[in-house]
Amino acid sequence: MALIDLNKREIHCKIVYYGPGRCGKTTNLFYIYNAVSEKYRGKLLTIETRGERTLFFDLLPINLGKIHGLDIRIQLYTVPGQSHYRATRKLVLKGVDGIVFVADSLRKRREKNIESLIDLKNNLKEYGLKLEELPLVFQYNKRDLINANIPLLTIEELENDLNKDLKAPYFEAAALKGIGVFETLKEISKRTVKYVARKYIFNQAHKRAQGGVL
Amino acid sequence: MGTMVVTTEKVKELQKVLNAQLLAIGVSLAILIDEAGNVIVAAGNENGVDTTSLAALAAANFGATAQIAKLLGEEDFSILYHKGKRDNIHFTKIGMDFILVTIFTDEIPLGLVRLRVNQVAQELLNLLSEND
Ligand SMILES: Nc1nc2c(ncn2[C@@H]2O[C@H](COP(=O)(O)OP(=O)(O)OP(=O)(O)O)[C@@H](O)[C@H]2O)c(=O)[nH]1
Ligand SMILES: [Mg+2]
Repeated sequence: MALIDLNKREIHCKIVYYGPGRCGKTTNLFYIYNAVSEKYRGKLLTIETRGERTLFFDLLPINLGKIHGLDIRIQLYTVPGQSHYRATRKLVLKGVDGIVFVADSLRKRREKNIESLIDLKNNLKEYGLKLEELPLVFQYNKRDLINANIPLLTIEELENDLNKDLKAPYFEAAALKGIGVFETLKEISKRTVKYVARKYIFNQAHKRAQGGVL
Repeated sequence: MGTMVVTTEKVKELQKVLNAQLLAIGVSLAILIDEAGNVIVAAGNENGVDTTSLAALAAANFGATAQIAKLLGEEDFSILYHKGKRDNIHFTKIGMDFILVTIFTDEIPLGLVRLRVNQVAQELLNLLSEND
């Protein structure tokens, strides 16, 4: 649920990075955190298990600057990708306004990507939401491993497995090196802010129509 | 899920309620948050408190507890309370979509906080649901 605060003149949107365990969601947030100047970001909040696995979520608030005199504040969340954290993922999705689906390019993670996308759809359904109706961007991560002679899925395969019907924009990425990270962020932010603004304007028009003289 | 719009007047009204009912009895900080973990309004002493992280964690914490309740066959836990050495924190559900977070020291009796929080819950809910 986006929040439009006309008192502070801010719009708050929630973007969730979703995807299977170890696909690189937290890596995206770390890269953004380190690349953005302090003025435009809040604290990075991470709740980790031992090692690097996310236990609950990561949160990074960023400030995208002004649109129409309103400050655009985005909360970036990651979910814990490991399959047994399904209930936790659902909690993190509460009030989501936009989704980045990070897929792992490793060939051996093919099934995990597909499972995670189905899990996302199911979790959204329980909130009465449809993935097709939400702002969505795919990120095909770990493309750098192509040079390490590790079997990777081709972009065509990833598109066919995940994005055939959704036809959302996608970006190739190597999040560890920052490649594709800001392209992904820019596109999902643009779509999310548009979506939130449109819903707001629609609601306003709707209300006016209801409360009008006719 | 809808978009929530709060106007300056709404913020003032909400703050007035928090001030009159909670800060008046000595509560240090009261924060009203939504289901997504956004801060709608805060009243009191925010110094040194990262309200953004606090709101995100409080929303998640509440969601997790609601799930635990479900696993146990409980209806819901509508109140959460944590006691610290110096600060205590109290979470209350306001309607379906909001949570009121109250932080107070040991000098304020928990019973009084509970009483006041119950009293303001409906008032806050009315303000939040009447949309203009
Ligand atoms: N080679 C390579 N490794 C990557 C890339 N992105 C992430 N990794 C590595 O993959 C591992 C997992 O990354 P995380 O960002 O922790 O994965 P996650 O999606 O947050 O995982 P969960 O928290 O379990 O859901 C780490 O060791 C990263 O360094 C990438 O683009 N290329
Ligand atoms: Mg992680």
